[in-house]
Amino acid sequence: MSMDRRQFLKIAGISSVLGLGATAASATHNIWTKGLDPEQADKNKEALIAKRWAMVVDMSKFKTEDDFKKVIDACHLTHNVPDFRNADGSVNKKDEIKWIWEAPYEKAFPGQDNKYMSEHIKDMPFLVACNHCDNPPCVRVCPTKATFKLANGITMQDEHRCIGCRFCMAACPFWSRSFNWRDPHGKNPNGEPFIKNENKEYPTRTKGVVEKCTFCTERLAVGKLPACVEAAPKGGLLFGDLEDPNSEIRKIVTNQYTIRRKPDLGTGPAIYYIVGGSDHA
Amino acid sequence: MKLYDGGKIFIGILVFVAFAAFPFYFNVGKVNAKPEPKVDTPAIQEWEKQYGKKECVESKEFMRAEHMQLLNNWRDSVVREDNRGYISSSNHKRFNMSLQTGCMTCHSNKKKFCDECHNYVSVKPYCWDCHIAPVEKEEAKS
Repeated sequence: MSMDRRQFLKIAGISSVLGLGATAASATHNIWTKGLDPEQADKNKEALIAKRWAMVVDMSKFKTEDDFKKVIDACHLTHNVPDFRNADGSVNKKDEIKWIWEAPYEKAFPGQDNKYMSEHIKDMPFLVACNHCDNPPCVRVCPTKATFKLANGITMQDEHRCIGCRFCMAACPFWSRSFNWRDPHGKNPNGEPFIKNENKEYPTRTKGVVEKCTFCTERLAVGKLPACVEAAPKGGLLFGDLEDPNSEIRKIVTNQYTIRRKPDLGTGPAIYYIVGGSDHA
Repeated sequence: MKLYDGGKIFIGILVFVAFAAFPFYFNVGKVNAKPEPKVDTPAIQEWEKQYGKKECVESKEFMRAEHMQLLNNWRDSVVREDNRGYISSSNHKRFNMSLQTGCMTCHSNKKKFCDECHNYVSVKPYCWDCHIAPVEKEEAKS
């Protein structure tokens, strides 16, 4: 069969029109192109709702090493955070996964220390976690929108979308993000699994994704406070709605002197610290 | 039209077709067991007693065809919109949009419910790379 240029173009043109038609026809199939019908999705009745979740850390309530440990363990157990330890119990800094952890004053509040400060504050371990910033640099750099802001102020992480580029880790000025260099489902050389006690109500992660604190969105959704808040000594960690003028934490932030980590960077951290206070310092 | 080296070409085509069609004639006559997903866990039987039928989130036909997209939408709703309740369009009941604490609390038989078909059609969804599958008793081997 011979075909001249004109005929070829005609056939090609008609088939591409038909092709487009087929695409349009399949697009009418609703569920594959649209998300859920908004009328079909809602929040639980018992869910805790806020305009802007925030936290106050009252360092004076933390008295012993155990108080900190309880908080960190509670968080890491709840969220299946792997403990990447070597055979001798040491941890490679690079491998470590931390959602909430301890940092000394000069690491937590660099530039706000001075040489005459009390040894006590200098040596005190501060509880630090993701600050769920108003203007989070991690969200700005994420190429896949795997990390994003929820309407309630929480900086959330969608592990399904994370491609492991680690831009967010470079962007975060608080080192709040950890990368799974190793497979969390593996075992250390002693044969102990990295996730010792799996919480069956929360997923794990895979190798190659970044993770961090989520302010326990899954617990707020069923009316519970974050795991760290529950595990902390009474009044040590306070959690609430900063936009609500009657909330406990709003009153504290308004009436007491609190500091935040690296406020001059303009990210607007949502964790406020009360340092010193009556019991300590 | 003159075809040069016709013999070689046709032999070549024959060899190619024979090779490409190998899986088809190799399996002709062999019957593969049809997948039969089971919906008979104690939780589902309890449900059937209470509501008279086994229908859950949506109709059986809908779930068969669209469960993958439904789960996709659920994930977006939960993670990105923070909405965790799903109202069924078929029976208007409210369901917790969660794989581990929703679906699998009734469908606790992942091997006979999920894997049965997925293995048959050789799809490997990566749900269980992160999500924790329910603990199942090993079936006694005869």
